[in-house]
This record gives sequence, structure tokens and C-alpha cells, in this order.
Amino acid sequence: MRVALFLTCFNDTMFPDTGRAVVTVLERLGHTVDFPLEQTCCGQMHYNTGYRPEAVPLVDRFARTFDGYDAVVTPSASCAGMIRDQHPVLARDHGSAALQRQVAEVVPRVHEFTEFLVDVLDVTDVGARFPHRVAYHPTCHSLRGLRLGDRPHRLLRAVKDIELVDLPTADACCGFGGTFAVKNAETSSAMLADKTRGVLDSGAEVLCAADNSCLMHIGGGLSRKDSTVRTMHLAEILAQDEGAGR
Amino acid sequence: MSTPGDRGVVWLGSPSFPDAAREALKDTQLRANLARATSTIRDKRLAVASELDDWEELRTSAAAIKRRTARHLDHYLVQLEESVTAAGGTVHWASDAAEANRIVTDLVRATGEREVVKIKSMATQEIGLNEHLADAGITAYETDLAELIVQLGDDRPSHILVPAIHKNRTEIRDLFAAEMGHWGEPAPDGLGDEPAELAEAARRHLRQKFLTAKVAVSGANFAVADSGTVVVVESEGNGRMCLTLPQTLITVMGIEKVVPTWSDLEVFLQLLPRSSTGERMNPYTSTWTGTTDGDGPSAFHLVLLDNGRTDTLADTVGRQALACIRCSACLNVCPVFERTGGHAYGSVYPGPIGAVLTPQLVGVENAASLPFASTLCGACYDACPVKIDIPEVLAHLRAEVVEAERADRRAPTPEALAMKAAATVLDSPALLGAAQKAASLGGRALARRGRIGRLPGPLRGWSDTRDTPVPPAESFRTWWRKNRSQNEGER
Ligand code: SF4
Repeated sequence: MRVALFLTCFNDTMFPDTGRAVVTVLERLGHTVDFPLEQTCCGQMHYNTGYRPEAVPLVDRFARTFDGYDAVVTPSASCAGMIRDQHPVLARDHGSAALQRQVAEVVPRVHEFTEFLVDVLDVTDVGARFPHRVAYHPTCHSLRGLRLGDRPHRLLRAVKDIELVDLPTADACCGFGGTFAVKNAETSSAMLADKTRGVLDSGAEVLCAADNSCLMHIGGGLSRKDSTVRTMHLAEILAQDEGAGR
Repeated sequence: MSTPGDRGVVWLGSPSFPDAAREALKDTQLRANLARATSTIRDKRLAVASELDDWEELRTSAAAIKRRTARHLDHYLVQLEESVTAAGGTVHWASDAAEANRIVTDLVRATGEREVVKIKSMATQEIGLNEHLADAGITAYETDLAELIVQLGDDRPSHILVPAIHKNRTEIRDLFAAEMGHWGEPAPDGLGDEPAELAEAARRHLRQKFLTAKVAVSGANFAVADSGTVVVVESEGNGRMCLTLPQTLITVMGIEKVVPTWSDLEVFLQLLPRSSTGERMNPYTSTWTGTTDGDGPSAFHLVLLDNGRTDTLADTVGRQALACIRCSACLNVCPVFERTGGHAYGSVYPGPIGAVLTPQLVGVENAASLPFASTLCGACYDACPVKIDIPEVLAHLRAEVVEAERADRRAPTPEALAMKAAATVLDSPALLGAAQKAASLGGRALARRGRIGRLPGPLRGWSDTRDTPVPPAESFRTWWRKNRSQNEGER
């Protein structure tokens, strides 16, 4: 199986550890991962902010870059949702039959990281060990967009020595919403305040999720409160191996 | 052709959503009231919805019925007109708020009455009917408890179903004590703030109106095309008083409220109470078909209101918003509404449905901030009993706002310039690589103790409550090129 990593522009720039973690986990499971360097961005920011024509070249680039792979794995639920739900719409509205064909080719082979592990590889125990108290935040795109369901929990439950704790009102949006956090910063902050309170009440040492963007937002709120709770992408927990003592 | 200016819906002079929300967020009492009220109703709704094993099928049927009806709206409206006329009613067509107000005012004038009693109705809120009647010297008395509170307080509704959700008991007691006397029967001396006492004061105040009013004005939840039956769904019974006691009944109804048959109605009567009040069955469901000698009003007028709805229907994505049955479930689950309350939306339709309906009714350029008043979290879509994909419509309307700005301005907005620049960078791995290096250097320069604190300019609001992580020294692609590029060669 030819597996490509679509890391997303945001993770590529801000969270390279997440990319290395995905590679580590997949290699541990016996797969070779490619990172085609022509990849950039799925166009989510442009699409969600109303700049559709600007997103079309990115849709085109995505389809070209990942053409021919058996699977494209991405550690971002929101980017996976963007590709699955919106790339076909943008291609259709753009009116190019070639683009529509290319997009229709690639989209079914795009998997969010936990979907890929659980559904495609049929694995829940990836051989990780992480002796810490961890809460999982189901981001809106994981929960209501992709409907990841309990896939992340099943993966986390199989991690050795992990202590999973419940996050109060877990399914409430953290208030990030991309440019929403800039355009409606105060409303976003009010939602964030409730989310960080839930994180602190949970007693977790680490908060994880399937989207670094929401984690950056929540982590930024926790950091401003001088909290010691760390935020980590789920993949980074799954990448910790048996020898990990930290 | 009506222009958006003739349509009402929005409160003129309202600030944009972010500005109004900023003010509303300062009211911690309001936030506490809203959080309590919405979380109670959320839990009730979830409990009663999960009782039905065919809930999802009901939602799917409701969406299908609404879609089909909208596709043949012309047919069903004419059929409705024929049935209502045959049953002794009179149908009027209003293309916009101004025309609807004129029709209703003339109808009331023709009766010679100066007072009307009103049943809670979104359509009459939308067109600003009470204000127009007042200008014509006609007083409209709201008889729904929450609408009464809003009217006595010279206030604005902040929720579709619970218009006074922003007021607590003590505020309501004070309002009743101070204002009821100006409108009719005063509140009893020494009125307390127990719900039963408040309800009793309202009952006495309203009873006098019910017994004297000759004209009633209502909205409609549904109208059945093949029988001409109009339906009002309410909880207090005050609506039924208005529908039965007066001699003349005038109903103002949006054209999207028509359903083809009674069996279609059945689907909605299961979905609506569970979604809106969290009840299994609605307490007072009134249905009437034209007029009946010796029973109820002897004159019935149905005003069919367009007011931007056919424009909305013309939009293949946006038209889903016309399926709305005004249950308010989307408001109750919305994390934004829960924090800001309804007034921040500047429209009679607040919350998620308001954010998609208002811009369509009045034109996106007149409500440009509303499609952005959402994180696109999707809670509204999951809750909506008629499966309106509100996030999809929001994203669609955002694009319309941006396109309208592009068409409107000689110089692009700073945001448009930034988005264009970002699009250029993101469509080139080389430029992206260079931008990553710049971000890393810049981020490091700004960092203090391993994090980036407050930032100037457009990121000020963001950085008021959040630190930003310092970008890493090396992007993933740089690392990959250094360490793994042999994989790349294998391709
Ligand atoms: S959009 Fe859906 S959930 Fe919201 S009020 Fe209308 S019917 Fe109810």
C-alpha cells in the first residue's frame, strides 16, 4: 500500500512533531510513508472565510499531489472534512470536468489519522505507552463533521499505562472556528474560558485531540492562565513507545 | 418589486454582530440566565428525541416534505387560497412587510375597532406590525406571556420561542408592577416573584383583553393546502382564547408555512414540540378551517407574506432555510447564542437560523456580519428537526458577502488582500517554505518565556486571552528533506 502523509500547512509550519508522530506510528505498524513535497494546504481557511475562488487552485494542487497513492492520511479532522465535503463542491462549482474527475478519484482515499488506523488498518493497539493522566477533546469536526465516534477512545484505551479522564461538557465547541477567533474574538474567548475550566476540572495532565488548531487555541488559553496542562495531538501520544518513561 | 428596506426583519441601526456581542458578553447575569435556560432545554430535548426510534426517519421525512413543497410552492399556495376561500375565509397576498402591514391595518380599520389581541407570531414581529398599527391609532396587545413581558418592557425579543429569556423573575415582577396599569388591569399590590404569582397577574391582566377584544391577529405554524386548515401551536392557551373569542381573525403567515396535506402535518406535530419545548405533545394545538357559523370568528383573513422568501427560494443552497419550523432547537444548542444572547443578532430571528435567514431576507450586504457569527461547530445541524444544514448555508453566505464586497469596493479590504497573499503563498511549496522560515524567525523574536503573548493589530483580540506557541526552528518539510528525502526519490 502506497501511503502518503498530508500533514496540512498549519501542522507543517507549527507542529512538525505531529507529522513525525504519524510517520513513527505508521512505520511501527510496518508501513512506508511518503511526504510529497508538492503538498501545501487544503484551502479550508479560504473556504470557511468566503474566499472560494482562492481555494480552487489549492483543491487542484491537492488532487494532483496525491494522485496515485492508495491512501492519504492526515492528522487533522477539520482538513479531512474540508477535503471530503467541500473539495467536490468547489470542483463542481468551478465547472471543470477534469478537476471534478481528479477530486472524485482522490477523495475516497483520504483518511483522517484515527480512521486510517481503525478502519483501514484495523488496528487499535499501536504499541504505545504513555503513563499520564489524559483527557480527550472531541473537536467539532471529529465529532459532528467526520463522526469519528469512539475511534480515538479505542486507540487511547489501548495505550499502556495511560489514565484516561472524562472532560466535562466535552462535546461543546472550544470557540476556535478559524477566523472566527479573530473576527469574533470576545465570543470565542467566552467559549474558550468554559472549555479551559472543563480541562482544569478534569484533572488531566495532558489534553489531546485530533486537531492541532483547536488544541493551539485551548493550549493558548491554558498557557495564559499559567496552567501546566500540556496539549498534544493524539498521534503524539500514540507515537510514544514502550521505552517512553516521560 | 420590494426592496430590502421594505422588509423589516432587522432592527435598524443595530451594530455589527461582533460589536453587539462584545457588549452583551459584559452582562454576566445575562450569560448566567442563558446558560441555565439553554442547558435545561437542551437536556429535555435530547431526552424526548431519543425516546423515538424513528426520530431520524422523521427528520428525513420532514426535510423531504419541505423540499417537495418548496419546489411546488406556487401550486400549493394557490390550492391553499382555493381551500380557504371555499371554507369562508379571505386570502390576501403581500409581497413585502409594507404591503402586509397596509393590508392588516385596513382590515382592522374596516371593523371600526381600535384594539386587537395578538397571538405570539414571528411573522408579525418580522414585519413590525405592532408599530404600524400604533401609527394608525390601533393598539395591539400581546397575549403570550413572554411577548407581554417584552411589550411591557418596551424591549426586543431575544429568542424565537422564549422572547424574554434574557429577563429573570425579579425583573419581570418589577416590570409587571410598574407597567401593567398603563396597558389595562394593573398588577396586584405586593406582587411577589414566584412564577405562579406572576402567571396569575398576567392571567388577570389578559382576561380583560380577551373578553373585550373584537379582533385578533395571529401567525401560523402550518397551513394545510388541500383542506385550507390553519394551525397554531402554543403552550399557554392564550392563543386559543384569541382564536375563538373575537369576531374577526387576521392571520399573517409566511408563504413557506404551507404543507400539502394533513398526513404531512402529522410528521411536524411529532417533531416540533420535542424539538422546541422538549415536550412529547404540544399542549394547545388549534386548527381552524375558514369560518363556521356560530362557532369562533365570523370573519377570517389569511395574509400570505413573501417578504424576501421567493428571493431565498431562488438560491439553491440558501433555500433550505425556508424549511424552518421555528422550533428554536438550534438556538438552544448554539454555543455562540448561549454566550451572546439573541439581541446581538440585530434581527427578530436570532441564533443560527437567524444567521442564515436574516441575510437572505434582507440581502447579505445588510446583514454582512451574521454569516460569520458561528464557529461552524455543527451543533445546530444535528439538532434541527428538518435537517437544515446551517453550517453549509453559513459558508455559502460568507462567500456571497465576500463577493458582494469585491463587487462593491474600488479597493479590496485588508482581509481580501491578506487572503489573496495567503492563496499565492499556499499554492507554492517554495513560497510556503520561505514563509515558514520567516514565521519561525519572527515568532522567535516575539517570544517571551517560550510563548508569544499579546499581539498588535488584527490579532489583538485573539491574543487578549490566548498565548500563541512559538513556531519551531524547522518546519516538517525542512526536516523531511534533510532526513527522509530518499523516500521522495523512491517515488
Ligand atoms: S433552523 Fe431548524 S432547529 Fe433552528 S429553529 Fe428552524 S427548524 Fe428549529
